[in-house]
Amino acid sequence: MSKLRAALLHLVLIAGIAVVVGPFVYMLLTAMTTDNYSLPSPQKLMTDAKTLGNFAEAWGKNHFQLFFANSLLVTAATMAFSLMLSSCMAYSFARFEFPGKELLFRLFVFTLFVPAIINIIPQFTILKSLHLVDNYAGLVLLYVGSGLVGSTFFLRGFFERIPRELEESIVIDGGGRFTVFRSVYIPMSLPALGTLAIFSFQGTWDEFVVALTVMKSEAHRTLPVALQLFRGQYASFYGLFFAGSIIALVPTILVFLLFQKQFVQANLSDGGVKN
Amino acid sequence: MRKALKQYAQVSPYLSVGLALTLAFVLYPMVKGMYISFFHYNVIKPETSEAAGFANYKHVFTDPLILTALRNSLLMAAVTVPGQWIAGVILALIIQAKTVRLKVLWRLIYYIPVISSWIVVSYLFRFLFADGHEGLINYALVDVLRLIGEPIGWLQNTWTANLVVWLVSIWKGAGWVMVLYLAALQSIPKSLYEAAEIDGAKPASLFHRITLPLVRPLTLYVIINLINGAIQAFIQVYAITQGGPMDSTQLLNTYLYKQAFQYFDFGYASAISVCLGVLIFALTYSQQRSIGRERIEY
Repeated sequence: MSKLRAALLHLVLIAGIAVVVGPFVYMLLTAMTTDNYSLPSPQKLMTDAKTLGNFAEAWGKNHFQLFFANSLLVTAATMAFSLMLSSCMAYSFARFEFPGKELLFRLFVFTLFVPAIINIIPQFTILKSLHLVDNYAGLVLLYVGSGLVGSTFFLRGFFERIPRELEESIVIDGGGRFTVFRSVYIPMSLPALGTLAIFSFQGTWDEFVVALTVMKSEAHRTLPVALQLFRGQYASFYGLFFAGSIIALVPTILVFLLFQKQFVQANLSDGGVKN
Repeated sequence: MRKALKQYAQVSPYLSVGLALTLAFVLYPMVKGMYISFFHYNVIKPETSEAAGFANYKHVFTDPLILTALRNSLLMAAVTVPGQWIAGVILALIIQAKTVRLKVLWRLIYYIPVISSWIVVSYLFRFLFADGHEGLINYALVDVLRLIGEPIGWLQNTWTANLVVWLVSIWKGAGWVMVLYLAALQSIPKSLYEAAEIDGAKPASLFHRITLPLVRPLTLYVIINLINGAIQAFIQVYAITQGGPMDSTQLLNTYLYKQAFQYFDFGYASAISVCLGVLIFALTYSQQRSIGRERIEY
C-alpha cells in the first residue's frame, strides 16, 4: 500500500517534469535547428540535424557581448551596493535607538505594499532632472534605491535574532560599533546575505521595464531589453533568438547553484514560523 | 535634545545613504506620482504643465478600456493566485513525503522556472502557443492526441490569449511557493504528526489540522506576495499579447504604461497608477494587518 503510494507520488513528480522542463527542451531543440525562417514544426525539430551554430552566431552578432557585459556590470554593481547599504540600514534599525525610529520603519514597510509601477513615472522624471537618464549610474541608483526597503526589512529580522551577548566580548576588547557590525552581524547572517544576493542578482539581471524606460541608446542596453528588441527586428530568426535566450539564462542558473546551499538555510530559519 | 542629536550622530553613518536613496527613489516618487496625477503633465517641459483638477481621475472612471483592464487584472489575481498556491503546496507536500527520494533534485527541477528570465519565458510561451500546426501545443492537441480538429489561434482570441498569460504566470510562480513551503514544512516537528497518526488521523486531516494552522504566517506572506505580483504583472502581457487582440487583454499595469510611454499622457497614467495602488492596498489590507501579529510557538 505505502509502496504503491510512493510509486504514485514519484509518477506525479516525473509527469511534472514534462510540464516544467518540456518548454526548455523545446527551446533548446529550436536553438539547435538551423534555417529557421519560420517557426520550425515539431516534426522538423525531431528529425533535423542538430548544431551549435546558432549559439556561436547569437554570441558573436548584434553586439550581444556588449549587452551581456552591460547586464553584468549593472547587476554586479546593484548587488554590491544593495547588500552593503541594506545591511547597514538593517543594523541601524535592529541595534540603534533614535527618535522616530518606529515611525520611519513603519513608513518603510508601508511602501512595500505600494505598487512599484506607480513610482516609475516620477522616478523617470527624477533621473531626468539629475541628467542620469540613459546612464548606468542612474539605472544602478534606481535599482538600489527602490530595492533597499525590502532587503532592509528582510535582514533586520535576522540581525534582531543574533544574541547581544556576542557583542560583549568585542566591546570588552574595546571594539566600537563598526567592529561589532563587521565581526558579529555580517558573519552571523551570511545565509541571509546569500539569499539576498540571489534575489538581487535574479531581480536585476532579469529586470525589463525600468531598463527599457531609462536606457535609451543602443550601446547602453541590458540583455532583457536587447533580447526583446532583437525579437522585434529579426522576427523570423527563431533559432538565433532562443540560442541568445539560453545564453542569457546561464548566469542566473550559475548564481543559483553557487548560493543554493545558503538559500535553503536562510529559508529554514525564516520560513515565517518562529522556532 | 542633546541625547537625540547624539543618537542621530551615532546612527547616521549606517542610515544616511540608504535613507537618502529611499527618499529619492521610493518616498518622493510616491508623493510626486500623486501630484502628477492632478496635471496634464508635460514631461519635456514640466513647468508648462496645466493643472487638471480631477480630470484625470474622471477619465479613469469613464474610459471603457479601464473596465477591461480592471477585469483582466482582477481575473489575473483570481486565477493565478490560487493556481500558484495550490500547485506549489501540492508539490511541496509530495516532495516532503517520507517515501519520496531525491528531494534536493526535485526541488531544483521545479525551481527552474522561477530562476529563468520573465522575458525569455514569455516569448517561449508565445511560440509554444503559436497559431497553426507549428505551435507545439496545437501540434500536440491536433496531430498527436487528435483532441481537436483544427489548430486554435490562441493569441487571436481574448479568452485563449488570457489563458496563455495565466498559464505562464502559474507555471513560473508555483516553484516559488513550493520552496517556501518546503522550508516551512521541514521546520514542523515530526512528533506532532506521529502523535496524530497514532490517534488514527488521515493524511487529509493532518494537513488541514496540523500543517495549515502551523504555517499560517507563511501562508499570509505568500498570498500577499502573490496578489501583489498578479496585480502588478506586466511582462507576460507586454511580451505575449501586447494587450491585444484590440486591447482586450490589457492589464491596468500594461495599460498605464502604454498611456505614459506610448501616448506620453503621464498625468492620466499617474492617476491610473494611484487607483491601482489603492486597489492593491485594499486587496491585501486585511492580511497585512494580521501579518505582524501572527507568531506561533510550539
